Amino acid sequence: MHELRLMWRTLSSNYATLLGIIIIVAMFAVAVFAPQLVPYEYDEMIIKDKLTGPSGAHFLGTDQFGRDILARIAYGARISLIVGLGGTALAMAAGVLLGAIAGYLGGWWDEILMRVLDVWMAFPYIVLAIVLAWVIGPGLQNLVLVIGIIRTPQFARITRGSVLTIKEMEFVEAAKSLGQRSLLILWRHILPNCISPIIVYASLCVATAISAEAALGFLGLGIQPPTPSWGMMLAEGQRYMFDAPWIPIFPGIAISLTILGYNLLGDGLRDALDPRMRRQLQ
Amino acid sequence: MQRYILRRLFMLIPVLLGISVVVFGFIHLIPGDPVLIILGDEYTEETAQQLRHVLGLDRPIHVQYFAWVGRVLRGDLGRGIFPFSGMKTGGSGYPVMVQIRAKLPTTVLLTVGAMVIAVTIALPLGVITAVRKDSFLDSIIRTISVLGVSMPVFWQGLLLIFLFAINLHWFPSGGSIRDMGLKVMVLPWIALGVSQAALVTRMTRSTMLEVLGEDYIRTARAKGLKEAVVYYRHALRNALVPVVTVVGLQFGRLLGGAVLTETVFNLPGLGRLLVQSVYRRDYPVIQGCVLVIAFFFVFANLLVDILYALLDPRVSLE
Repeated sequence: MHELRLMWRTLSSNYATLLGIIIIVAMFAVAVFAPQLVPYEYDEMIIKDKLTGPSGAHFLGTDQFGRDILARIAYGARISLIVGLGGTALAMAAGVLLGAIAGYLGGWWDEILMRVLDVWMAFPYIVLAIVLAWVIGPGLQNLVLVIGIIRTPQFARITRGSVLTIKEMEFVEAAKSLGQRSLLILWRHILPNCISPIIVYASLCVATAISAEAALGFLGLGIQPPTPSWGMMLAEGQRYMFDAPWIPIFPGIAISLTILGYNLLGDGLRDALDPRMRRQLQ
Repeated sequence: MQRYILRRLFMLIPVLLGISVVVFGFIHLIPGDPVLIILGDEYTEETAQQLRHVLGLDRPIHVQYFAWVGRVLRGDLGRGIFPFSGMKTGGSGYPVMVQIRAKLPTTVLLTVGAMVIAVTIALPLGVITAVRKDSFLDSIIRTISVLGVSMPVFWQGLLLIFLFAINLHWFPSGGSIRDMGLKVMVLPWIALGVSQAALVTRMTRSTMLEVLGEDYIRTARAKGLKEAVVYYRHALRNALVPVVTVVGLQFGRLLGGAVLTETVFNLPGLGRLLVQSVYRRDYPVIQGCVLVIAFFFVFANLLVDILYALLDPRVSLE
C-alpha cells in the first residue's frame, strides 16, 4: 500500500505524466462511448455533405464519401486501443515467459533463446510487421497477433536481464535452501521483483503498437474497410491534402495524441519506479 | 580487440543462418497454396505447375532451402514474378538483385542523410537540456522531443508536404533524384531525421545527466577547469558512448522509417519496392528485400559493437 502511495505521489507530482493519464482516459472514454458521443455511424455516407469542412453539423468535417470524420476517429479509437493493448498484453505474456525461463535456467536454454531473439530482432519491426501482416492476413485478431509477435523479443530481453540479477540475491538463495520448487521461486519471489521495468516498457510498447497499427493501416495492410482505422484514414486523405486537408489532419492528430499519452505515462512510470526518485520523495 | 571482433563475427554466423531460415520460410507460412494466392484469377494448372517449378516449390523443402542458400551466396536472389511494368509473365521478371541494386542507393542516401540531420540536431540539444536541467529551455526542448517521438514519421511527412510542397512550393512532394535532383530528398530527410533526432536528444540528455553526477566531474570542477572544458572534454566524451550505441541501434528504426517515408514521398527506394512487392505478392522480391534489409541491420549492429569497444576498452576486455 505504501509502495502504491509512493508511486502515485511520484506520478502525480509530474505534470507531464498527469497530462498523459488525462489523454489516455479521454481516448478510452471516446472509444467506449463513441455511439453516445457522435450522432453518426462510422460508415454512414451522406453524399450531399461529402468533402465538407468542419461545421456545426460535422464537427471535424466529412470525407470523400460524406462520412463524418469525428465518428470515424471515435470508432477508430477502439481499433487502435484493442490492437495497442491486446498486442502489448500478448507480447508481454509470451516475452515474460520466455525471458523468465531463459534467465532462470541459464545454460543452453539461455543461449538458444538469445540466438533466437537475435534473429527475431534482426528485422526492423516495421519490415517484420509488413511481412507478417501479408503472411497472416488482415483482420483485427491477426493484427493483434502481428503486434504481439514483433514486440515479444523486447519483453523477453528485459525480463531475462532482470531475472539474471534477481536470482543471485540472498532471498532467492534462502528460498532454494528451504527446498522450494524452481517454478514457485520464479513465480513468487523473482518475477514480482522484475515487474518495474516490464511495466515501464509495456506503457511505451502500447505507444509503438498503436504507431505500428497506424503504419500498417497507412500501407493498406491493416484493418480493412469499412472498419475505420486511423492509418487508413491518413492514407485515403493523402490525395485530398490540398482540397480537403481536414481529412488527413485530424486522424493524424488523434494518432499523435494517443501515442503522446502513452509515452508521457511511460516516462512518468520510469521515474516513479526509479529508486533514486522515490528516495527523494521519501 | 582483434579477438573481440573475431568473436563477434563468429557469433554472427548463427544469426545469419537464422535470418536465412526465417526469410526462406515466409512463403511456406502463407495459409493455403501460395501459388494459388499469387496467380489469383489467372490460375490454370499449366501456369501453376510452371510457377511451382520456377519457385522451386515442387522439390522437398530442405532441398529448396539449400538450393536457395547456395544461390544467395552466389549473389543470385532469383527473379521477380513481375517485371518492372507490373505484368505477370509466369516467372520471367527482372532479377531480384538487379531491382534491389537499382533501388538501394536511394534508401542509403535517405537513411544516411536522415541520420546526419538527427545527430547534428540531437547532440547539441541533448547537451543543452542536460546542462540547463529544469530551466525553461529544458522544458521546451523536452516537450518538442517527446512530441517528435510521438508523431509517426508518415504523419510528419504528410505535414511537411502540406506546408512546404503544397502551400509554400519550396520543395517537391516526391519523385526520383534522377528527375528532380537532390531537392526531392530534403523533405524526406527532415521527416525521418527529426523523428530520430527526438529520440537521440532524449538519450543524450539522459546519459549527460548521469555523467554530470559522477565524481570525476566534481573533481574536474574542483580543479578550476572552465565549464565548457568540463562539459565537452570530460562529460560529453563519456556520455557519447551509450549515445553511439543508441544511434547505431536506431539504424534499424531508420530502415523501418525509410519504408514509410519512401511510401509517403513516392521515392523509388528499397522500402517502396518491398511494399509494392507485398501488394503484388511478388514473393521472390519480398524475400530479397527483407534479406538485404536484415543483413544491413545485422552488420550495422556489428559496426556499432566494434565502435563501442573502440570508445570504451572495458567492453572488449569483458
